[in-house]
Formats: sequence, structure tokens, C-alpha cells
Amino acid sequence: MSAQTMTGAEIILKALVDQGVEVIFGYPGGAVLPIYDALFKQNALRHILVRQEGGAVHSAEGYARSTGKVGVVLVTSGPGATNAVTGLTDALMDSIPVVCLTGQVPTHLIGNDAFQEADTTGITRPCTKHNYLVKDVKDLARVMHEAFYVARSGRPGPVVVDLPKDVQFASGPYIGPTELAHKSYRPQTKADSQRIQEAVELMARAKRPLFYCGGGVINSGPDASKKLTELIRLTGFPCTLTLMGLGVLPASDPLFLGMVGMHGTYESNMAMHDCDVMINIGARFDDRVTGRLAAFSPGSKKIHVDIDPSSINKNVRVDVPIVGDCASVIADLTRAWKARKGKADERGLQSWWKQIDGWRRRDCLRYEKTTKVIKPQYALDRLQTLTRSRETFITTEVGQHQMWAAQFMKFEKPNRWMTSGGLGTMGYGLPAAIGVQIAHPDALVIDVAGEASILMNIQEMSTAVQYQLPVKIFILNNQWMGMVRQWQELIHGGRYSQSYTESLPDFVKLAEAFGAVGLRAEKAGDVDGVIEEMIRVKRTVIVDVCVDQTENCFPMIPAGAAHNEMLLGPADKAEKPTSEEGMVLV
Amino acid sequence: MSTIERHTIAVLVDNEPGVLARVIGLFSGRGYNIESLTVAEVDAATHQSRITVVTTGTPMVIEQIKAQLARLVPVHGVHDLTAEGPCIERELALVKVRNVGQERVEALRIADIFRARAVDSTIESFVFEISGATEKLNAFIGLMADLGEVEVSRTGVVAIARGATVGSPMGGREPVKRSSKPIR
Ligand SMILES: Cc1ncc(C[n+]2csc(CCOP(=O)(O)OP(=O)(O)O)c2C)c(N)n1
Ligand SMILES: [Mg+2]
Repeated sequence: MSAQTMTGAEIILKALVDQGVEVIFGYPGGAVLPIYDALFKQNALRHILVRQEGGAVHSAEGYARSTGKVGVVLVTSGPGATNAVTGLTDALMDSIPVVCLTGQVPTHLIGNDAFQEADTTGITRPCTKHNYLVKDVKDLARVMHEAFYVARSGRPGPVVVDLPKDVQFASGPYIGPTELAHKSYRPQTKADSQRIQEAVELMARAKRPLFYCGGGVINSGPDASKKLTELIRLTGFPCTLTLMGLGVLPASDPLFLGMVGMHGTYESNMAMHDCDVMINIGARFDDRVTGRLAAFSPGSKKIHVDIDPSSINKNVRVDVPIVGDCASVIADLTRAWKARKGKADERGLQSWWKQIDGWRRRDCLRYEKTTKVIKPQYALDRLQTLTRSRETFITTEVGQHQMWAAQFMKFEKPNRWMTSGGLGTMGYGLPAAIGVQIAHPDALVIDVAGEASILMNIQEMSTAVQYQLPVKIFILNNQWMGMVRQWQELIHGGRYSQSYTESLPDFVKLAEAFGAVGLRAEKAGDVDGVIEEMIRVKRTVIVDVCVDQTENCFPMIPAGAAHNEMLLGPADKAEKPTSEEGMVLV
Repeated sequence: MSTIERHTIAVLVDNEPGVLARVIGLFSGRGYNIESLTVAEVDAATHQSRITVVTTGTPMVIEQIKAQLARLVPVHGVHDLTAEGPCIERELALVKVRNVGQERVEALRIADIFRARAVDSTIESFVFEISGATEKLNAFIGLMADLGEVEVSRTGVVAIARGATVGSPMGGREPVKRSSKPIR
């Protein structure tokens, strides 16, 4: 088949279409005008005009995370590209597949400090999985297809393609996506069968086993979560999930212990500490999960399944490393477990569950029931109850509200929960919700927000209204950077340095100013009403929920502490002051 | 505390723009050490370059370094030459020494012992070319510094495994046993 000749801009769009792209999130500028011109002349690709490039990347992340597809971003050179950096870093930390196309000054001007020139590949090298500068239109089609392959395969991540303006104008050959293997990049997806056997042996001999699963399972596709749920039920082992893994096992499953880590449940963290065999599937022993490394699950043999070999033995030494794609490894483990016919150590498992049930009875997420002031946990409890029967997707900003959302919102399926885990990016939730809503027009998409975080990308309200997206911004407004205030209270002697926002907008009027709907709840009795109204209105809505300003998020493993040194509530904190080591941790 | 080890790692990469920045950025970004790093294209037909990097760290860090290198998209293979069996390491230096009289004679004599070659000379200076293991170069440069003012340019280590196995392209295979004797 002879190659078609077309302009660079046309090649870019054709490659996007051939890669199955339907939507791109972008913002125009001088260095991408040829691409915008080509966009104008076609109908296959829908362009969502954001209000700031940072919003475009988070929207693409939300789109990607909720669909399993690659999210696509188009921005101009210089400030367009630098604005995208936070989102790219966010996508890298959380392994979200994103392809970000950036305009660049024409090749002959590169290096001349030309207008709106930035060394985009230099700046984004450490915050992308890979990046390209296309200097010759002959390479363009290949690079475009390669970018998609790299972004979605192996451990997914963001890929930048930097596109000088002259290359967009030049004519060159178009080639379609090929099946050709990449020269050097070949992620291992199939595990070593010996390791599978070792893992199954360990599992069968375990007296206190625990599944600890994370976002890698979600990245492996919905089938991976389904198969994993089957395996977990087959074994009868308890399972905890990371922040990124919520939804992998239905929250209603009795085998689910809740989230693990700094603000995870008591039962999850105690089980992590006391288990004798830990089966980590698609999680990465992040510091939010492990607490003090020296005291991390001291008595367990550890199995670690990860598609990225560099995740294995990075923080925690493991006994059975398994490199492979979760879905494939889970299938192998299930087969080996069934073939072995051996069951789990029933007696051991029984007394393990007894111990776990004891921990569960501590009811660590319990909170004070109030009639006047709204406890943030109560607001989320009600949100959960009143949205349970719907197709609901939750995004969050970053802070206490994010942790409460992780604790109180219950996910029965993967891809329903979008949060900035690794980077902890305030301002993620609203643009991410926009991306989710674009992909799922009829679903109920809610950004659980803090009043501080929401202001970081509030301009995207304008995007939501333009595309008539009925996203709901559910602000738990405590007037504080609550999470900062909590740390200042626990670690810095209650010196609340710059964590109170003296002046906040009236969020109801703000919503109206954007052409959206604003609602407010001021006492516990208002909560159900505003939630019902928010769901009823098929428009963009901001709900300003005025919550208790002093509430702290528990349980909490303080920085530098171990899993069995959790604080369960305010009364606990005085007894266990933070160690000197812990003070320096973030 | 784990012991700090010194490893020589060979990395075969696509010789494309930015590839060296990726490798170096990985070391600086993750706080790994670089004792020396050399790079040159070794296969003109496929445009592949070989980077030899000497690094130090605990066994866990060394393992991370290799895994992180292998993860870079344009990397074809990573070989830990220190861990995989005997290897030869060589470095080349050009050493200019400026001196007169008896010290000049002594410099020549020592150069001879070290099999360094004079490749440039004036009546008050020599440039010696010397190659060998890093320690040998260090010793030679130390002696020259005692004999006059010196200026040094070194390549950093290049290394290759001993034995008949041809390791390129290097597919990240299991370590191979090599049996050939070192030639002195
Ligand atoms: C971009 C960015 N800047 C700073 C921080 C540090 N930070 C973490 S939580 C937080 C406060 C968030 O306040 P708010 O959105 O009101 O949430 P709350 O904790 O009150 O629920 C801050 C400043 C961050 N995570 N991201
Ligand atoms: Mg707040």
C-alpha cells in the first residue's frame, strides 16, 4: 500500500482517528494553529476547549481513568506546554495513559529563545514516560502511533509529542498504526510460571494471608478486577485496597477490609502489620501505605505482582517478585490455585478472620452524630446513600475531603473513582470530572472538593457550562486547608500558619456567575435536600456544604509511625507524639 | 546498614537526541551516584550507542538503578558487568606535565614504567597518553603531580565482559559464566 501524502497537521489528526481517539482536550495558540485549522475542517474528532492547559491534562486523565482509553491533550508551545507540566507529572505518578501534543516554534528557530519557545522535551523529560520532538515530517506518523503505544502499554503513563510549526505545515507520508514491535521497548506481560507456583505455595500455607491490591489492577482493564474478585473469593482471604485501587473488589464484599494506609481503616492496617503472607497485586508499597518502613509488616512473606520491574524491591524487599500484567498474572494464579486443589489453611484462616472481626468492631470510621453542625463525614455518608442506586463517578480534590471520600464513598466497580494519589494535586477534581462526564454523558459525576482546592482550577466551571456538562461540585467547605491545619495541630503545636482562608467567594453566587446552579447546606438537616436537588438539576451545580471547621481526619498513621500505631481519634493524639524522624516526612 | 558497592554498568541505547540526558537525568533525579560515564556510538548501522557508567550504592540501590535504566524507552539492554562475571575495565588519560631538569628526566622514567607514551613535548613539558585500570591512572597522575604542574583529561571507564560471549545486542539476560583467563 503506497503511503498517502498530506500535511503534518493532517497526519496528526489522521493518526488520532486511527488510534481510536474521539475527544481531545485543548487550548489553541500560535504554534498549533495549523492543527486547529485542520480540526476546523473535520468532524471525526471532538475538541473540548478548556480554560487553562492544566485543566486539559486533568480532564484527559479523568477521561482516561474512567474509560481505560488514552486521554489526549493539545496545547501550544511555551506557556501552553509549561502549564501542562503539573498534569503530566500527575499522570506519571498515577500511571495514567495520556498523549499530550505540544506546539513548538519552527525547527530553524529552536534554541534561539524565539517567542513562546520553551525546551518542552527538556522540561517534560522527567515528568513523562517518554517524549518526542518531531523534526522531520517523515517521522511524524510513526512517532504519533508510537506515542500511543508507549502511553497505554506496560505501565501506562503520559507521553509528550512536541511539534514544530513548520513540521505541521510540511507535506509528508502517512502510515497507519502497525503491528511492528518497538525497537527497544517491550514490556513483559506474561509472568514466569515458576514464580506463580512459588506464590501459590505460599498462599496455601498461609495462616494470616492478605491481598493488598492497587491501581495496577485497574490499569490492567476491568477484566483484571473481575478475575481478581473471583480469585479472592475462591481463597476466602481478606483484601485491602490502596487509594488508587478502590473499586477493584466491590466495597460491599465481606472480604473487603477498606482502604489501607495513612487514612485507611484500622482493620486494614492492623492486618497489613500482622499478616504472614502478603499478596500485593498492582500496588507499589508507597510511603502513604507502608508507614515507617522498618516496622512495615515485619512478619510476612511478600508476593509482589507488578508490570514495572523497577517497582519491585524499590522500598520493600519481597520474597516472590512477579513481573507481568495483572490480568494475565491473576489468571495464572487462579489456574495454579485451582490445579493445586489444596485449599487455604482453614483453621489458620478462621482464627485470622476472628482477629480481623475484632478489629472491625472498633468501627474506626465512626463519627459524632450532630443535629446542627454538619460533620463532613455525615455529608459524605448521605451522598453515598443517595447516589448508591445510580451510575456514579466520583472525582476529588486533595485534602481531608479526599480522604473522607475514600473512606465513605463505596465503589462496586473499577474506573469509578478518580483521585490524584501520587502527586496529590489540588485542582485535579473539577477538570477530571469534566473529562469523566464527556466520556459518560448520562452518568452522575461528582467532584468531592475542598473550598481551597476548588479555587485552583475554578476557571473550568466555564468549560463545564459551555458543554452543558451536569457535573456536581460538592464542596466540603471548612474554610481551612483542613489537611494542613490538621498537621499543624498534630505536629506544629497548633500554630496555624497561613492555613485559614480569610476571604472566600460566595460559592452560590460564583456558580451563578458562571451560569451554573449554586446550592448551600448550613445545617445537618439541609444535607439530604441539597443532594437531592443537585441530582435533580441536569446542569452544572456547585453545592457549598458548610461543615465543621475543626474536624480532623481519622484514623491516621502519623508520619514516621507504624501500622499498629494508628491514631483512632482526637483523644489518641496526645498519647503518641510524632517522632523526630516523622517530623521531616511529608 | 548495607554495604556500598561499586558497579560498572553497560547500557545499550538508541543513539537518538536526548538519550544521554534521559540517562543522566535519571541519575540526578533519583539521587544516584555517577563516578564516571562514557558514551559513543558502537553500531553505525542501527545507530546504537553504548554507555558505560560506573556507580556506587547499596545492593538494593544498584538493583533499582538497573531496573530504572531498563525502563527508559530507548534502552535496549542493561548489563551489570561487575555482577555478571569477570570484565575488563580501561580508561585513557592525557596527562600534561610541566617541569624542567631532573624532574623532567624522572617523569620520563616513570612514564616508561607505566607504559605511558609521550605524544607531545616542548622543552618544558610533556603530554603523556596512558591507558589502563582507573587505579593505575590515579597512581600515574599522582606521581606526575609530584614532579610538576599537571593538567589531566580522562575518558572515564569503558568496560567489556571477558570470554567468548558476544553480548550485543544485550537483551537483559541472566548472568553468563565466563571461563577465559585474564591476559596480563
Ligand atoms: C497544588 C497543591 N498545593 C499545595 C498542596 C498542599 N495541600 C495539601 S491538602 C491542602 C489543603 C486543601 O484544602 P481544602 O481543599 O480546603 O481541603 P480540606 O483539607 O480542607 O478538605 C494543601 C494546601 C497540594 N496538595 N497541592
Ligand atoms: Mg477546606
